Amino acid sequence: MPEPANQTPNAAPGSKSANVPALTVRNLSVFFGKEPAVKNVSLDIAARAVTAVIGPSGCGKSTFLRALNRMHELVPEARMTGEIRLFGDDIYAPGIQPVIVRRRVGMVFQKSNPFPTMSINDNVTVGLRLNGLRDRKLLAARTEQSLRMAALWDEVKDRLNAPAISLSGGQQQRLCIARALAVQPEVLLMDEPASALDPLATSKIEDLILELKKDYTIVIVTHNMQQAARMSDFTAFFYLGDLVEFDVTGKIFTSPAKKQTEDYVTGRFG
Amino acid sequence: MTAPNHNWRNFKNVLMQIIAFSCAILVVTPLVLVFYHLARLGFGSINLAFFTQLPKPVGETGGGMANAIVGTFILLAQAAVIGVPVGVLGGVFLSEYGGTKLNWWIRFAADILNGVPSITWGIVVYALLVLPLAVPFRGTVKSVDAAKSLVTVQSPAGATQSTQEFKVNAKTRLNLNGKDQLDSLQQDTDVMIRYHEESDGTLAADSISPTGLRGLFIGKIIHWHNSVSGFSALAGGVVLGLMMIPLVMRTTEEVLQLVPGGYREAALALGISKWKTIVQIVIRTALKGIVTGVLLALARVAGETAPLLFTALGNQFWAHKLTEPISAMPLQIFAYAISPYPDWWRQAWAAALVLLVLVLLINVGVRFLTRDRFQPKI
Repeated sequence: MPEPANQTPNAAPGSKSANVPALTVRNLSVFFGKEPAVKNVSLDIAARAVTAVIGPSGCGKSTFLRALNRMHELVPEARMTGEIRLFGDDIYAPGIQPVIVRRRVGMVFQKSNPFPTMSINDNVTVGLRLNGLRDRKLLAARTEQSLRMAALWDEVKDRLNAPAISLSGGQQQRLCIARALAVQPEVLLMDEPASALDPLATSKIEDLILELKKDYTIVIVTHNMQQAARMSDFTAFFYLGDLVEFDVTGKIFTSPAKKQTEDYVTGRFG
Repeated sequence: MTAPNHNWRNFKNVLMQIIAFSCAILVVTPLVLVFYHLARLGFGSINLAFFTQLPKPVGETGGGMANAIVGTFILLAQAAVIGVPVGVLGGVFLSEYGGTKLNWWIRFAADILNGVPSITWGIVVYALLVLPLAVPFRGTVKSVDAAKSLVTVQSPAGATQSTQEFKVNAKTRLNLNGKDQLDSLQQDTDVMIRYHEESDGTLAADSISPTGLRGLFIGKIIHWHNSVSGFSALAGGVVLGLMMIPLVMRTTEEVLQLVPGGYREAALALGISKWKTIVQIVIRTALKGIVTGVLLALARVAGETAPLLFTALGNQFWAHKLTEPISAMPLQIFAYAISPYPDWWRQAWAAALVLLVLVLLINVGVRFLTRDRFQPKI
């Protein structure tokens, strides 16, 4: 059993308001059928910081990420125990719709998935439009703002009405980030957002994440140890559904408390 | 290398290739033959009148089947109104909602329905929508007044004994053979009269048929083709619509399943509700496929004849209401093809040709719609 991390690790460099955690996770277990995929995990995710979740395949890190915006509920036999609070609000409280949680906790996926029937512009505003926003001026403003934040504006500003799938893979992924940002979530979850991209596109996404950290709380699942070390303020190491260790990134990669963590980050297994 | 075995293998290889190729050609041959035959026999009768005029009575040449062509489209429109929403939403349920066990049973039922013979559909709708609407008056003919177009009928003795006078309009008098029914109507014969009440209160006969076994003979039904109450365009539309439902449902389900799950996840993660995700993202992505399925289902039911014999029945004139019998091309082909008149045979060939071209056009339209589906994206 990992020790429950009851307090946020001390303020890391770059996190401006680490004293108010964005997400507090307590005794979270997620089951698919009878099998637990995440076992009794407790941790605090600092606001306006990047938290990396690492671990070998099948360790439950993606399931953990999906539990943070209730996306795991798409699997019919999924259920969870424990508690997750988003800035104090219990996101699993009775009567709370997953739809509301997901507007506050956005998500970017491993495979870029812009909607193929829509233009670049429509992809960015889709979340707003389908939730009832009609004001064209506001939509246009939000499009530019989101695309600028996603570092895509200069590349697409002259062809906003072009099909989204005419963009390159890296651009498509940044478009997906812009789409997630357009609904102005408080937290952005990223599930291996750069693993399908070439090194150049990857470095653009990483720069972007560091930039976004100023305004957003970011939780990123990654297989890439260097990426976690470069970008994140905190790192959580999962193994077989357990949270083995959670600490400031520098500590995890230089002097981890657990032997398992050390073996993993130094490439001895996983 | 020793040769003999090698030669034998080569021979087998070539032989199988020839057999497979021959079978492939056999598949195409009927279409070519049918098209050639129809074009040869039917093309000569296709002219402007064929598309714009009503059928002429026997003995007069010319005329067309505008009513049947329009009728086919009216029936297809009704079928689409019933079959498309139910079929598409059913497909949405199968693909996007529902427990797997329930879905298995629904799929199973839809597949069985797809295999139900069309005449079975016809007789079911006949029992449900045609017979209950037919209100015949049974009795014995007391007098026939051909000049005033009046028939007086006395219902059998009993509690409800009554004598009724029926007006017989020209449309009902003229049967399909072009003869006046009233000429052959004898006093004291037992008849069944299907009728409706006119706005001025008089009773107008839609059909007069002798009761007894003869009345059930299919030839007689065709004989009183014109307007036998109970048969209606509505019933015809319903039967075609019902036949479309399982077809549309299964194709919709299949094309929705082709939409990558990533699009659903992306939309749901934006806080878009499941229903809006389905309508705005999933269905929009699969729209071409759904339209294709609908068009193919329409093409399939456009040529149905058996269920229409029980429901729409056919009509030598324009149908003015959906509650009247209506003509359709397959019905007109059937009626004309079994008639004894060469002029009508030619029209039947022409109608068959037009129907085939219609179905071909729908298929070409489908090809056009789906032409870029297999091109790589990006």
